[in-house]
Amino acid sequence: MENLIALLIAAPLLGAAVLLVGGRRLDAVGHWIGTALAAASFVIGLVLFADLLGRSADQRTLTQHLFSWIPVAGFQADATFRLDQLSMTFVLLITGVGSLIHLYSVGYMEHDERRRRFFGYLNLFLAAMLLLVLADNYLLLYFGWEGVGLASYLLIGFWQHKPAAATAAKKAFLVNRVGDMGLAIAVMLMFATFGTFAFGPVFSHVGDASEGRLTAIALMLLLAACGKSAQVPLQSWLGDAMEGPTPVSALIHAATMVTAGVYLIVRSAAVFNGAPGAQLVVTVVGAVTLLFGAIVGCAKDDIKKALAGSTMSQIGYMVLAAGLGPIGYVFAIMHLVTHGFFKAGLFLGAGSVMHGMNDEVDMRKYGGLRKYMPVTFITFGLGYLAIIGFPGLSGFFSKDRIIEAAFAKGGTEGWILGGAALLGAAITAFYMTRVMLMTFFGEKRWQPDENGTEPHPHESPGVMTIPMIVLAVGSVFGGAFFSIGDRFLHWLEPVTGHSEGNSPLSAWTVTAATMVCLVIGVAAAWAQYGRKPVPVVAPRGSLLTRAARRDLLQDDFNHVVLVRGGEHLTRSLVYLDHTLVDGVVNGTAASVGGLSGRMRRLQNGFARSYAVSMFGGAALLVAATLLMRAV
Amino acid sequence: MSAQLAAYSTSTGEAFQFWVLGTVAVIGALCTVFMKRAVHSALCLAATMIVLAVFYLANGAYFLGIVQIVVYTGAIMMLFLFVVMLVGVTAADSLKETIKGQRWLALLCGLGFGVLLFAGIAHASLKDFNGIGRANANGNVEGLASLIFTRYVFAFELTGALLITAAVGAMVLTHRQRTERARTQRELSEQRVREGTHVPPLPAPGVYARHNAVDVAGLLPDGTPSELTVSKTLRERGQVRDVSAEALNDLKALEQRAEERLERTEIEPTAFKRPEEASK
Amino acid sequence: MNPVNYLYLAALLFTIGATGVLIRRNAIVVFMCIELMLNACNLALVAFSRMHGNLDGQIIAFFTMVVAAAEVVVGLAIIVSLFRSRHSASVDDASLMKL
Repeated sequence: MENLIALLIAAPLLGAAVLLVGGRRLDAVGHWIGTALAAASFVIGLVLFADLLGRSADQRTLTQHLFSWIPVAGFQADATFRLDQLSMTFVLLITGVGSLIHLYSVGYMEHDERRRRFFGYLNLFLAAMLLLVLADNYLLLYFGWEGVGLASYLLIGFWQHKPAAATAAKKAFLVNRVGDMGLAIAVMLMFATFGTFAFGPVFSHVGDASEGRLTAIALMLLLAACGKSAQVPLQSWLGDAMEGPTPVSALIHAATMVTAGVYLIVRSAAVFNGAPGAQLVVTVVGAVTLLFGAIVGCAKDDIKKALAGSTMSQIGYMVLAAGLGPIGYVFAIMHLVTHGFFKAGLFLGAGSVMHGMNDEVDMRKYGGLRKYMPVTFITFGLGYLAIIGFPGLSGFFSKDRIIEAAFAKGGTEGWILGGAALLGAAITAFYMTRVMLMTFFGEKRWQPDENGTEPHPHESPGVMTIPMIVLAVGSVFGGAFFSIGDRFLHWLEPVTGHSEGNSPLSAWTVTAATMVCLVIGVAAAWAQYGRKPVPVVAPRGSLLTRAARRDLLQDDFNHVVLVRGGEHLTRSLVYLDHTLVDGVVNGTAASVGGLSGRMRRLQNGFARSYAVSMFGGAALLVAATLLMRAV
Repeated sequence: MSAQLAAYSTSTGEAFQFWVLGTVAVIGALCTVFMKRAVHSALCLAATMIVLAVFYLANGAYFLGIVQIVVYTGAIMMLFLFVVMLVGVTAADSLKETIKGQRWLALLCGLGFGVLLFAGIAHASLKDFNGIGRANANGNVEGLASLIFTRYVFAFELTGALLITAAVGAMVLTHRQRTERARTQRELSEQRVREGTHVPPLPAPGVYARHNAVDVAGLLPDGTPSELTVSKTLRERGQVRDVSAEALNDLKALEQRAEERLERTEIEPTAFKRPEEASK
Repeated sequence: MNPVNYLYLAALLFTIGATGVLIRRNAIVVFMCIELMLNACNLALVAFSRMHGNLDGQIIAFFTMVVAAAEVVVGLAIIVSLFRSRHSASVDDASLMKL
């Protein structure tokens, strides 16, 4: 059974190679090859899953040693895969959602002449992402980590003829680079501390390392997670990444890749458990990001950017949960999986809307679409109910457990974190209701574009709606399936560990509070967008609204602090270079030149002058000899 | 000068000889350096070398002393004189220094080097004198021969090769390869006629009744000397004597003396000089 | 008298010869000064030979003479050919690396 693990990765990797190398001959069938290989990977994942289910809980870790990757004395990096409950969960999520989105893309990218290449990139992403979650050591994980970064870059900038897309791809790549640096440093620190970076030895030797060293490693891992998962302060790239095709936004920037940071933290649970300070930082980052993303999501009129803010916010929840330690690991992953379903479904719905609206993304030019796109409306609506935490749907279960866990942390921190999570739930309800109302309810607001063609909203083809329906089913029943009887908890507990904590509030109190927040948020959104017509041109809005439209000034902050600071640093370095370095260099050159000009006169061509030099030299030699004798 | 005396110290006679001839040698060396004419330098050097030959004899190097006189002073110095003659025996060098600072540097280096040598000799521990007596017991020439043909035989062979190489080298350096056939007298005269210059023979040198040497240029009707009259070799060496002004100067001197005697001294005595000569 | 005086005389002659090489421009005189230096060395060698009581110094002096003879032959040949091409025996005239 272990030997199947490599096939998980090999299938999409083969697809990527065939599609990218194969050339135009494969244009006609390329999308089906890509989809088939993604599905094959999913099937292999299911087989392995069935195998795991057949084993007892402590036998569920499979490893496959493929080859020795970098065998150097004292530095052993092997291409070894580890399949346990945690990576199995990810494999199913990645391949399952990935296959659905491949299928969706067949329809969505139908008119794009570079569709084959798009599927090649998608397969490449799947392979890299699977490598990331299946790696048995941090170096291999880093390889996959960079691989998904590359795939993300290629896919965000897939329409590189649009300057915005090219810039967004570059921005995502650069911001991710900061996080990747964190992961690289973490790996180095690990090697320096433990002499290895394989998961097993590192986790079993955590007790030997000092807390300071563990905190350093944990903070570097957190930096990596921030970069990949768009957490404050490295969040700025995610909104712009929506320039990529919508399936990419759904797969990479909502369901899978951006959750890699959460995976990294949960996978390194042993390290984080040994560094309480770092855990506190993780929770703070999560709490800040969940509010940040939610606020940004409230102000955006671009449907994809609103959803991007929502993604950021939901991942904030997961990071918050992961930072809580054993109380929250399982719920972080659970929310990750349910979020993968409903957010992918929401993005696919948004893509379906755009598909029918001539790629219009401004929600103020939608309105009343429920009549034109019934399937999209229903699936999107189910996803909406799931994300706001409507009772019985998946978001309700997973998010509620995170809020409970936040309170269960105890003390002042528990209250603050729990409060932030509750507030976030209210804002989530607000902005998602806003998206729903502006898109599917009210009067139609679309107008002819500058070419005079009026959009004709229509339902998307079956190849697009089927994945949406499947994901909607997952959004509805996933949470209940996982939570009833604590199935997910028992499944994952052997890997991550779990403790209940002692919440100051009872579970029912928290659920009730969440429900109140939900109602408040929905009501506020109804009051603003449902009761009265939505203006086509955005009103000026309050100071907070305007700031939120500018992504809470994240880019301005980066510009002022990093770009300007960098420019000033560069300028001062240039000045230093011009004055000091060039001064030394030019001074040396000038002095050599001047000296040469004077020395040149010694070479006057007269044999007698040379004879004087020789004679003088001989005299000096004699003098030196005598002097040495005398001494 | 017995071997017994040379063994330990030097006799009073040798000391006397050293101081007298040593002085001569130093004076000869200085004259070699400072004489204006190369031929004088050569003669002074020959004197120094003969003195050195005497010193060799005094030091028990009888063979070397004779070789010094025969080979060095006799052959090599005569070779020098031969070359001096070839280049121009009467040409006097200007001792004025043309390279800036060269003379001072040379003197400084020479002085410093000399001081160092003297210091070195004074510093060295030269206490024991074995004397040459025992080494010369079987005769100086025999002793040298037994060394040359045993221990130094390889070096001796090498010097033979060196001498042959030097002889060949000298021939190669001085032999001028003619690239074309030398023109005959007839061809030269025909060329002169063809070109129309100097169809008659070149004028003879000398100013008749006063100077008839070959290095005196003949005078043209206006009193200027003609370069054509002297040999090309002399012209190139710059050994042409200019006598064109002598007669006029003599006449001038004669007139002046006559006027002094007649007590008519208004006229200033001035020597006649050719303008181009004054500018030289 | 101490035989070391011969060494002092040799040093003096050598120094005079060396200075002459540096001062004089006439190649022939320069050459003569070189001969003077060689002779000074020979005198020192002969004096050493006497001090040490063996004939090796005289042998070296003998070789010096042979080498000097060879040197004179070649050197004078060079001077003659130089004079032919430049019509001058001044060493300063040969200050360029071309004719």
